[in-house]
Amino acid sequence: MDRTPGCPLDLPVKLRELAKTAPVSRVRIWDGSTPWLITGYAEAREVLTDPRASSDQRLPGYTFAAPQAKAFHTRNRSMPTVDDPEHAYLRRMVTADFSNRKAEALRPVFQRTMDELVDAMLAAGNTADLFADLAVPMSSKAICEVLGVHHSEGERFAALGRIMAVPGSPDSVHARVVEDMRALLSSLVQQAHTDPSDGVIGHLVRAGELPDEEIVATALLVMAAGHGATAHMTTLGTMALLTHPDQLELVRESRDPVFIANAVEELLRYLSVAHLGRRRVAKEDLEVGGVLIRKGEGIIVATDTANHDPRAFDGDPDALDLHRDARHHLAFGFGVHQCLGQQLSRVLLQVVYGTLYRRIPTLELAIPVDQISYKLDLAIYGVNELPVKW
Amino acid sequence: MTVDAGRGFVRINLDREKCIGSGQCVLAAPDWFDQDEDGIAIVLEGTASEEDSEDVHQAAYTCPALAISLDSE
Repeated sequence: MDRTPGCPLDLPVKLRELAKTAPVSRVRIWDGSTPWLITGYAEAREVLTDPRASSDQRLPGYTFAAPQAKAFHTRNRSMPTVDDPEHAYLRRMVTADFSNRKAEALRPVFQRTMDELVDAMLAAGNTADLFADLAVPMSSKAICEVLGVHHSEGERFAALGRIMAVPGSPDSVHARVVEDMRALLSSLVQQAHTDPSDGVIGHLVRAGELPDEEIVATALLVMAAGHGATAHMTTLGTMALLTHPDQLELVRESRDPVFIANAVEELLRYLSVAHLGRRRVAKEDLEVGGVLIRKGEGIIVATDTANHDPRAFDGDPDALDLHRDARHHLAFGFGVHQCLGQQLSRVLLQVVYGTLYRRIPTLELAIPVDQISYKLDLAIYGVNELPVKW
Repeated sequence: MTVDAGRGFVRINLDREKCIGSGQCVLAAPDWFDQDEDGIAIVLEGTASEEDSEDVHQAAYTCPALAISLDSE
């Protein structure tokens, strides 16, 4: 949905209006269907925690965000697209790799990578593309660590990951890169049979419960769901701060990890980069916010709009306020499908935001803000590049 | 975290079957929750005094699996 020219970080006006007047309403989408659109915070939580609201994309009535999403998820049946108990069975196999302790253990690793990337940016001159030079390699590093990708394959993995994360690749290019990534992950799964590394791939191989192709599908899911989202959040978060100098000042001057952690939550809420909604279909009749949704009807939960619901957040939710208590935001979704990688993502973003402006205090945009181009059509809201200077 | 006799407190109920290992409870209330080696939540301290219970309420509210319930006693 289009955003107001000049206000690229604000939610589409139509959605904001709907959130105020009709937290549960019907919309017409790209394929001509008319699913329910949930824009209220309380209503979003209700749907996302209701087992009658199914994530099974094979059910009639399930709404896809775009033809591309339909193609990907039909090919890759995995955690986000199945219900409990199948979902819980798959998720339990990998929860250890995404625990808070695991994320904290990676903090020094992320910090080292971050310091090296900033060193390289500073050594190369006084301009950079924050997306390509910082956000993508940081995100690649995180995914490699969690999957257990050997250093020797890291470069190839990063190159493919970069193309997957860049918005605007034609569908044919995107599909080929996904297949290349699948082949790479396949060979990593093969290697893990003789030399199981730490991380998701090694653990799943050692557990011996899933066939190889499902291990590959899980790894591909971690890649597809985590890499772009983290990279775009890193980039867009920086853009948000660079265009809110008073808030940037707070981050730059802070040495308090508790404040930085809170700032990350507020940026996650404010930007809500997973902006195409969580998709569900009613397996049985259910009532949400006093509205009856019938079995077989599609549901789109607009978590980005719910994250700006004034009934749920103090002050003006359309403003960026790094002191706000935003910890209950829905940027990672809610319910049993809530983002598997959220704690890793938090730690990574805390490292990025806690380091970048301190190390490069004069960082600013290198082009006028209205010349930055956005991608509205992919699952993650993002920019093609973010030229910065110092 | 010890509960004074005769003062209000909340009792923490955790349904480990429902837990999806999101870690939200550990973030919100690290004195009361941790995760086991599989990443599934465990309760470290089963009660909190009323005045001390803000973190515990936050943990229950942000648990995406609705696995935490609180009883006031």
